[in-house]
Amino acid sequence: MRRGNDLRARNHPGYWAFVVHRVSGLALAAFLPLHFWALGRALEGAGRLESFLRWTDQPLVKFAEWGIVLLLAAHFAGGLRILALEFLSWRDWQKSLAAVAAAFSLAAALAFALGL
Amino acid sequence: MRSRAETWLWIAQRASAALLALCVLVHLATMIYAVRGGLSAAAILGRTRGNVAWLAFYSTFVLAATVHVPIGLRAALGEWLGWRGRSRDAALVAFAALLAVLGMRAVLGVFA
Amino acid sequence: MVISPRDADDARMSTLDVRVWRGGAEGSFQSFEVPRHESQTVLDVVTHIQRVLEPALAYRFACRVGMCGSCAMTVNGVARWTCRTHVDQVAADGSLEIAPLRNLPVIRDLVADMREFFHKWAAARGAFAPTRTKRDDFARVAPESAARRAIDAAIECIGCGVCYGSCDVVTWNPDYLGPAALNRAWTLVQDVRDGARGERLAAVAGDAGCQACHTHLSCTERCPKGISPTAGIAGLKRAVAAAALRGKL
Repeated sequence: MRRGNDLRARNHPGYWAFVVHRVSGLALAAFLPLHFWALGRALEGAGRLESFLRWTDQPLVKFAEWGIVLLLAAHFAGGLRILALEFLSWRDWQKSLAAVAAAFSLAAALAFALGL
Repeated sequence: MRSRAETWLWIAQRASAALLALCVLVHLATMIYAVRGGLSAAAILGRTRGNVAWLAFYSTFVLAATVHVPIGLRAALGEWLGWRGRSRDAALVAFAALLAVLGMRAVLGVFA
Repeated sequence: MVISPRDADDARMSTLDVRVWRGGAEGSFQSFEVPRHESQTVLDVVTHIQRVLEPALAYRFACRVGMCGSCAMTVNGVARWTCRTHVDQVAADGSLEIAPLRNLPVIRDLVADMREFFHKWAAARGAFAPTRTKRDDFARVAPESAARRAIDAAIECIGCGVCYGSCDVVTWNPDYLGPAALNRAWTLVQDVRDGARGERLAAVAGDAGCQACHTHLSCTERCPKGISPTAGIAGLKRAVAAAALRGKL
């Protein structure tokens, strides 16, 4: 019936900012119940939580944790960008907002990675 | 009217986003601090057990996420899977309840 | 890269490889070789094909000077007004792919069916609701007032449909009113002479209205008139939310 656009039309900063925001949001929505479940183990005593935390010491889990932190920082920065676009008066600096969002999320994730 | 309810969802989404922005900032800072030298249950629980400030903070965090996440999923499900209508909204209410229960259970778990 | 059409030595540069959509929803691209000229627009290319190479080609245009909004097409994947788009700007490698505007049914070849696009203007209450009669004096709107300045760009819309064809939310949510209709509603919400603010805010609220916008900014990126429908839609979001908070939606 009708056709949508392909990457030639979508390839601009605002669109990429949206893709990052949506994908990070979906991933965080999937992660959140697991995160809560894991912390809930503390109810069964510090030992259960500790044994779970030792499980997370595996390199692959560490890497996934780093990814989740990156996604959280990206979603945070992208969300601030949306709030700014919707609630502040703006003209020409909307593209810089996407860059600022990217820079922040990378910085936060790097800080986390260096601490690991 | 439907558009009125949908407008309230938008308001709830933006208000919870503003609250979550503050929470996430604190959470990121705490995480970056806490992982130095490795995570341990003793260190986490030492911070949180009996601390009413952390209890209030994490309760706010969990409830704001409970509002924010299902509304965001609502748009994604409609646009990318074509899932709209009552069944979608009922499923999202159930997901919100799951987040609230698991989240508050975790908050109480590290407090008590 | 700027192509010099005078460079007759380079045979590839003196002609354009043009692929043009033929058919309706089902169809395919047909290739044409079109002579390259100085200051040639994409509309010039399409017109050459229709007049010289393929008289059956269907396309739409009227003014040729960027006022009427009827010649929008998808050029190399991007929605553009073809009369003001120079081949130099879009065909650095000497090839063009020309298709009808996206997100609308195709009638034939390069002609999109614009009916739903304009129906949505009506659904967004895009018609001015006067509060005065012909017996009253002219309304005076101060050009420097904040409400008027907020729509300086928005009132220049020519209704070409480039924003509508560029918007992915329209693709994913076919009920969505779209950037142009909402931009129009925004100009009226800001118009002190208009008497239908409440009804209009109700018409543009909800999943099919302003809150569906995800600030992709594709409309803002592509609008040939330099309008930012995203900014107007954000204004509607704030006005609708304020009305809801006051219990007036």
